[in-house]
Amino acid sequence: MKRSWNPRMWIGFVLSVAALVSYPTVFVRYPITRDFPWLTLVLIALGLFLAASGVALAFRRPEAYRGKISGSIVGALTVLLVGFFLFEIFFVSRQIPASHGAPQVGETAPDFMLPDSKGNDVTLSSLLNSSFSTDDQPETGPASGKTAAVVLVFYRGYW
Amino acid sequence: MDTPEQSEHLRATAGYTFPILSDAQDEVIRRWDLVHPHGGVDGADVARPAEFLIDASGKVRWVNLTADIRVRARPEQVLQAFDAPSMSIQRPE
Repeated sequence: MKRSWNPRMWIGFVLSVAALVSYPTVFVRYPITRDFPWLTLVLIALGLFLAASGVALAFRRPEAYRGKISGSIVGALTVLLVGFFLFEIFFVSRQIPASHGAPQVGETAPDFMLPDSKGNDVTLSSLLNSSFSTDDQPETGPASGKTAAVVLVFYRGYW
Repeated sequence: MDTPEQSEHLRATAGYTFPILSDAQDEVIRRWDLVHPHGGVDGADVARPAEFLIDASGKVRWVNLTADIRVRARPEQVLQAFDAPSMSIQRPE
C-alpha cells in the first residue's frame, strides 16, 4: 500500500516555523501583536498540534504514514526553536536594569546638552523654554499663555 | 547606537518634526541611570527604553520605565498622561 507523505505533519512544522519567522518580520510592527504575541502563540500552538498528530500517525500506523524518523528529527528541531522563541520573549526581553536612579515624578529633570541630528547642540532647558512642545507648533510657549512640556523618549538606537 | 546622520535620515524619511538627539558617550543615559550594560548589538552600553514627561518648569510629571524591552509607551498612553487631572499641561494637537 502506498504510504502517505503525511501532509498534516509537514504542514504543522511549516506553520510553526512560519509563526516564529513572522513575529520579528511582520507582527513586531504592530503593538497589538508585538506587546503580547498572542497571534504568534496561537499559530505556534496550531502548528505544533498538527505536527504532533502527524508524528503520532507515523508511529501508530507506519504502514500507512511516513515520517517516523524525519518527523522526529524535524520535531525536535521545531521544539527547540519554539523554546528559544519563548525564552527570548518571556525571559530575555525582561532583563532590563531597574533604573532606580532615574528622575522620578516630582523631581527636577537634570539639564543636559546633546547634539541633534544636524549637529547643533540642544539643551533640555532650551526645549522647555522654546515655542514648541512635542510637535512643532508655534502656538505654545510662555508668550502664548499656554504651558509647554517636553516628552523625552529614550530608545535603544536601532529600534 | 545611531549616529546623528542616521537619525537625520530617519527624521527626513519618516517625516518627524521633533528633534532626535544623540548621546554617543552615554553621558545623559548614565546621569539619568538609564544604562543597559551591553544591551546593544555589539555588546555596547545602550539606554534602556524610557519615556518622561517634563513640564515647562523642568519638573518630571510622568515616567514610563517599561519592564519589557519590546513593550513601549503607545502615543495614546503618552497623551493620556497629559490629560491626568493633576497635570494642567496643554495637550499637544
